[in-house]
Amino acid sequence: MSIADKPASRQTKRLHDGMIKSRKTRLEDLAIAAVCFLLMLMCVLPMLHVLASSLSSAEYLVRNEVFIWPKGWNFEAYKTVLTTEKYVRSLGWTAILTVMCTLLSISLTICAAYPLTYSNLKGGKFINFLFLFTMYFSAGTIPSYLLLSRMHMLNTPYALIFPNCISVFNVIIMRSFFYSVPDSLREAAEIDGASPIRVLVQIYLPLSLPVIATLSLFYAVGRWNGFSDALMYLKHKDAEKYWPIQLLLYNVIKNSTQTTEQAAQEGFFANGVSKTIQMATVMFATVPILLVYPWLQRYFVTGVTIGAVKG
Amino acid sequence: MRRYWSLYLLLLLPIAFFIIFRYTPMAYILLAFKKNNILVPPWKVDWVKNNGLDWFIKAFRDRGFITSLRNTIFLNLLDLFIGMPMPIIMALLLNELAYPKYKRVTQTVLYLPHFLSWVIISSITLRLFATNDGIINKLMGTSIPFMGDEGYWRGTYIFLGIWKECGWNTIIYLAALTGISPELYEAAEVDGAGRWKKIWHVTLPGIRSTIIVLLIMNLGHILGSEFDRPFTLSTKLVEGASKTISIFVYERGINGQQYALSTAVGLFQSVVCVIFLLMSNTLAKRFGERGIW
Repeated sequence: MSIADKPASRQTKRLHDGMIKSRKTRLEDLAIAAVCFLLMLMCVLPMLHVLASSLSSAEYLVRNEVFIWPKGWNFEAYKTVLTTEKYVRSLGWTAILTVMCTLLSISLTICAAYPLTYSNLKGGKFINFLFLFTMYFSAGTIPSYLLLSRMHMLNTPYALIFPNCISVFNVIIMRSFFYSVPDSLREAAEIDGASPIRVLVQIYLPLSLPVIATLSLFYAVGRWNGFSDALMYLKHKDAEKYWPIQLLLYNVIKNSTQTTEQAAQEGFFANGVSKTIQMATVMFATVPILLVYPWLQRYFVTGVTIGAVKG
Repeated sequence: MRRYWSLYLLLLLPIAFFIIFRYTPMAYILLAFKKNNILVPPWKVDWVKNNGLDWFIKAFRDRGFITSLRNTIFLNLLDLFIGMPMPIIMALLLNELAYPKYKRVTQTVLYLPHFLSWVIISSITLRLFATNDGIINKLMGTSIPFMGDEGYWRGTYIFLGIWKECGWNTIIYLAALTGISPELYEAAEVDGAGRWKKIWHVTLPGIRSTIIVLLIMNLGHILGSEFDRPFTLSTKLVEGASKTISIFVYERGINGQQYALSTAVGLFQSVVCVIFLLMSNTLAKRFGERGIW
């Protein structure tokens, strides 16, 4: 799993390609590729359906005639979402929140991970234990809730920012990556009189950009997709303005499915309109992530691997 | 040592975070043994009867808790037996894929569902899997109550879990696969091993320790329960199958303000998780594996 293995595997690939493949092997290869194609379809089709639904007009949606190609093309649903105050505010707020939380989380993760790579740091082992212990034993939902209540954080935006701003798992990934930076670099800098912080800023951080990108993605996805903390901590009516998009979407959909029977009696059309709007909202809530993650794939694969091996 | 003061400075905020948000709540665990009163700090509240274990006894006499306990274990076991082998199979499949560029694209696409939230997935599922007018039923010409019958709902729940995380979970197996020495494959080929023989005798043994580590983690979480997944997928019709411990705690604790009872339930869950983790880790070590510690 180290860098040293990579040339070897490339070599075998060349070796495999170099060999004359039998007809049977080639057929098998095609069959495997076909199965993979089916799996890909399974992942993509639901999203295509959502996209098509959001672009279709309501009457086709109600008659269930939309599969993966829009019928009655229009952008009304997107227009409605972008002109409805609660959607726009929630999307904007979630975006701001995600950026803030990601910056805070990644900074704190670096602060937590870097000192632990100094093996002669006094108390380092204890601090390490302090961090890791919380991965295996946590106080639970209610104690955390009561603490936030006592700290008067409930129904404030702080309840979405602070309680989960460091993930131990990500600290481990970061630490493992820091470990892989050669000690000689640090020693050389220290001989030149560089302080630990300077070593961090000038040597470790530039070398760790891939893992910083990965962990930022993890934190950002976690916050953007975060739902349960908002559900539990933002109960008060006044806190609705801090609802992130996931909670808003959940409530919109829950309310609409509860009134389906009602809609069936009062005419489907209104329900169809709300469905296209829901689907447009789903698109808004997913597209930002779907646009970002493929570019970081190379990095997060390493990130996940490091975390798993050293965890 | 003197020059390391700046390192302690860096650690200051993270340590503060862990003490405030991870260790201070542990004081409230006391509430599990005390009367339901949150107006004063838990150490000032009176102990409950039965040596302070009254809430635990009440929980186990509570039908709602027993149902949620049963559901949690049942759903997690299904996840373990059906969900866990899937990424292994998928990783083997990807490993056999002969076209490198196509493989990269496949991987990217298979990671997609991991980045969707359960709210999104449930909102799509409620549409696609609807009993009468859902597209899945329409295409198959049936009217299966995927989200409206407890048995079918469990199936849907497991399926969606696999759909979301299967591709993502292949990452770790694929990484383990690159660690297998190519010489082993060459030796197997010289001995006349075909595709299946190579998978069985080289690939699978090569990722055995990874499989075992993940098995330990999953066994450790047999009583752990996610919140988002059952909560968002649940419908009124299937509450008997979908209520897990996490939902019980949420409904009784945060909505019902039965703080002491739900703290006791949460503590029970945490302790059992730790015990299971320790047990499965010991077991793995006894079988000569590395374990997670």
